[in-house]
This record gives sequence, C-alpha cells and structure tokens, in this order.
Amino acid sequence: MRDAFIGTLTELAPRNPDLLLLTGDLGFGVLNEFRARFPRQFLNVGVAEQNMSGLAAGLALEGHTVFTYSIGNFPTLRCLEQIRNDICYHGANVKIVCVGGGMSYGAVGMSHHATEDLAILRSLPGMLVLSPGDLWETAEATRHLLSHRGPAYLRLDKSSAPVTVQAGETFRPGRIRMIRNGTDVTLATTGGILGEALVAADALAEQGIFCRVLSIHTVKPLDTDTLTAAASETGGIVSIEEHTVDGGLGGAIAEALMETGAFPLFLVRMGLRNTFSSIVGSQQYLRNVYSLDAAAIIRTVTSKLTSRAAAAFA
Amino acid sequence: MNATETAAFSRRIRVSALRMANRGHGSHIGAVFSCADILAVLYGGILKLYPNDSRAPGRDRFVLSKGHACAGLYAALAERGFFPASKLDTHYQDGSDLCGHASHKVPGVDVSTGALGHGLSIAAGVAYAGKLKSASHRVFCLLSDGECDEGSTWEAALFGAHHGLSNLCVVVDYNRIQGIAPVSDVIGLDPFADKWTAFGWAVREVDGHDHAALHQALGTVPFVTGRPSCLIAHTTKGRGVSFMENTVLWHYRIPRGAEFDAALAELEAQP
Repeated sequence: MRDAFIGTLTELAPRNPDLLLLTGDLGFGVLNEFRARFPRQFLNVGVAEQNMSGLAAGLALEGHTVFTYSIGNFPTLRCLEQIRNDICYHGANVKIVCVGGGMSYGAVGMSHHATEDLAILRSLPGMLVLSPGDLWETAEATRHLLSHRGPAYLRLDKSSAPVTVQAGETFRPGRIRMIRNGTDVTLATTGGILGEALVAADALAEQGIFCRVLSIHTVKPLDTDTLTAAASETGGIVSIEEHTVDGGLGGAIAEALMETGAFPLFLVRMGLRNTFSSIVGSQQYLRNVYSLDAAAIIRTVTSKLTSRAAAAFA
Repeated sequence: MNATETAAFSRRIRVSALRMANRGHGSHIGAVFSCADILAVLYGGILKLYPNDSRAPGRDRFVLSKGHACAGLYAALAERGFFPASKLDTHYQDGSDLCGHASHKVPGVDVSTGALGHGLSIAAGVAYAGKLKSASHRVFCLLSDGECDEGSTWEAALFGAHHGLSNLCVVVDYNRIQGIAPVSDVIGLDPFADKWTAFGWAVREVDGHDHAALHQALGTVPFVTGRPSCLIAHTTKGRGVSFMENTVLWHYRIPRGAEFDAALAELEAQP
C-alpha cells in the first residue's frame, strides 16, 4: 500500500506544485524517486514528529497541501496535540500518513503497532479517517486526499486484500464498498484485513453461509446508510479490525446503529481486546494468535449463527 | 511610531489588558505586562501590517506562542484598527471570540495558540513557506521562558537553524518566572543565550522594557545573514505595576477592587 500511495503521489506531484511531503526520517528507499524528481516538494524533518506536525500546520496556513509521513504511531500519537490544536482546529490542509496500520510491523514489536489510532483520530473534529483495504482503494484514497481540503489521516497497511475493484467502479469517499453481497451475515472490515474477511467469506460460502463483505475505507465520516441496510438485510454484523475494539471500527458501527435505531440481530466486534500485541511474530502469525485471521472469522460466524439458531428453537 | 510613541502605546496596552482581566474575570496579567513593550514595538512599527486585510500576502507574520498573553495582543490589534476597541470588553465573556488564549478567529491573529511549545514549529513552517517563495516578509514568534521547557520548542529551534530561516525571528520574554515558581527553581535555562547560539541561532540580548533598544534590535533582523534570529528580552513579570512586578502570584491573579484601582492609577500616572 505504501508503494501505491507513493506512486500515486509521485504521479500527481507535477500538477500540484504546492504539494509538500514531510517525512520524519523514514521511508528509506521508498521516497527516493519522489525526492529526486521533486526536491523542492520533499523535506526530511528528522525524528521530530511534534515539529513535523507544527511545520505542516504553518505550511498549510501559507497555502500548501502537506503530507506528513511516518510509521506506526509516530505521525499521530507522538504529536497528537499538534494534530488537534494546530492542524484540526485550524482546518489545516494536512494529510497524516501512517505506514504500518495495525500489526503490520509484526515482529518489530508493539512500539510500532498502530492499534489505537483509529479510535483516537476519529475523535478529532474535522478529521477525515481513511483506512484502505486494497491497492485500488489506496491509490484512489490518495488521489482523493489531493482534492479534499482539510485534515485527514491515511492508515496504510503492509498487507492488502487482492484488488477488489469492479469494472467501471468509481471511488466514492465516505461510502462503504460492498465487495460481496449476501444476507446471512455481514463482515464489516477496515484496512488490509479485508483479505482475511474475503478468504473467510469464500470458505463460509462453501458451507452455505453467504456473507456480505463490506470494505470500510472511510472510518470517518461513516456511511451509516450502508450499515443500516446491512443491519436490516443480513443476519448480523461482525466487525473486523486490526485495532482495539474500544472505539475503533466496531465502536463506530455500534454507535451509529444504536443511534439510528437500526439494530442488527447481533454485533460482534473482532479486534484486540484490551491487550497489547506483545507476542513476537509476523502480521499473519499475530492475526492467528489474536484470533483475527480467516479461521477465527469463520469460527466466530459459525458459532454465532449456530447459537442464534439454537436459541431460536429453545 | 518612534520609541516615545511605542512607550505610550505599551502603557495603553497595559491599561487595556488590566481592564480586560478585571472585566472578564480571567487573567495572565503578569505575563502580559512583561511583554507589553515588545508587543508595542512590534505592532507600533516593526511589523508590516494591513489592518484592513488581515491576510494580506505581503504582511509580516506574528505568532504569539505564549498564547496566554493574548490580552496584550488583542489590545495591540484593536489599537492598530483590526477590530473595534469595544470588542476588548468581551474578553473571556460568554459568547465572545476573545477567549483566554490567542485565537485565529479574531481578525489579525494568524494562529491559535494556548498549549505551550507549539508556536515556534508553526512559525518555522510559515517561514519555510516564505523561503520557498523567496518572499520578503518576516515571521516573528514570541515565546515565554517557561515554554522553553518543552522539547518541541528545541525541535523547532534545530530545524530553524538547519534550514537557515533568516526570515524568522524569535523573541523570548525572559521574565524569569514561570507558572508557579521562578524559572531558576524549576528548570534553569541559563546560560540561555549560549543555548540558542549553540542551536545555530544569531542571538542578541536586550532590556525588554527599553523601547529604543527594542526598536534597534528588532529593526536589524536578521542579525546574521543566513541565520534565524533570537532576541532574548530581559523583562520583569508584571512590569508596570509595582506590586505585581517580579511575583509568581500575578501570573494568574485577577485584578479586582482596590488592587485593580491601585494598578490602574499607577499605569495612568506613567507617560
């Protein structure tokens, strides 16, 4: 996803001379072409994320479109007050890019795992929160960020689902994409873990359970229409995120549906439950350990549907 | 304005700020009084300003990083015609846009501040943008000594020097008293000028209440070609009212009743 992001930015930079890319001393190798071709639009600000965010606000006040770029929680939690006061409160045209959403950085450890970012960033007024699930969504989200005016957060995963775009499909920011249509259960996901949901959906289909798979590339603002439709049209909703269940995608979905009164038959939030991802392993291994992989999704769906069926007959 | 005129301007800033604190029941009066002279000199002649066009591209930019001294800034802006003076009466009041810290919702204020340690980064970004355009405007940023405890201040200082932001000038209101104690008791900053010099800035020191010296120093920015400038202004917290000077108490204390009357009398007796 990182390459899709940079590739798109590199393609669009010539037409956007006011675009600036600030990095907190990360992106070795990845940013070389951008830097070589657009030296006046690139700035390595060093390992100083609070300064990076303040600089971005100042540059945006002077008319620039600014991307701040770092990994894990560095572009966000490290400088959250600057994001809140200097960027969001001023409505500054700053796009904050995180490489390594969720447990992308695997064995590098929890210091580099972004697992509370969605909850925190979506609570900031005026913050657009994008979390693409595949490379197409990533490129389109990047494109959208250039025309969108105001603060935004782009969470890039090291994993991604196989490209899911349909012929003739256009990217609609703020709208949830239905990747599979089904009525037995809805799998609502954000980020690269969409790939696990699709594997699970295909396996469940073979058992005669047909899943609606939703890719929620825009966590804020949340497309409540598609969610209320899923609530009323399917047997229940399972939210899946490589993130804490507290205040993340699952929380956002719960809030929206409770408020609209479109109560699904059930809501199960899959994600990290009050735990750090402190076991050592690759992103795939950690998904398995923390019950977020396709196998866990299948178990969750079948056990939930089975227990509901049993309850119905009780 | 010349030095005599800005001295009178600074007295008017102090009187306005005193009234604002009293009326609004909110105060950082000690912090305003220590930088009233600096604000008067900046807004009285150093800054290129367009009161009828607060976003004029050619204006000099000013960031009040010590945002809690906003009463002084608001008073200066009102006098320069950015908004009617009557607006000052609404400071801290319900429904006003003059809150207790600098707000960009107010004409003439570019940047909202309040959390210390943010302003210099923003100012550096503004200055960098100016440098990209080879613009001729300058960027001034007023810091408190207390906010030099914040690491982010020094991140910005490193950046400013590394990139030779010669259009950027920091003024530090070095009144030696911070929130609840003297600076030297909390985190000593001395040798303070040496620190800024070591960070690559061109440093001058000045009596922050001497208008002729302030005019002279601020009029020669950049102090050194190719370097950002840092003017360390040695000031007295609460300057202008005898019983407020050099006290921690008057960082937050609201001037009321007999204290308000006494303070006002002292200020109005000055030229």
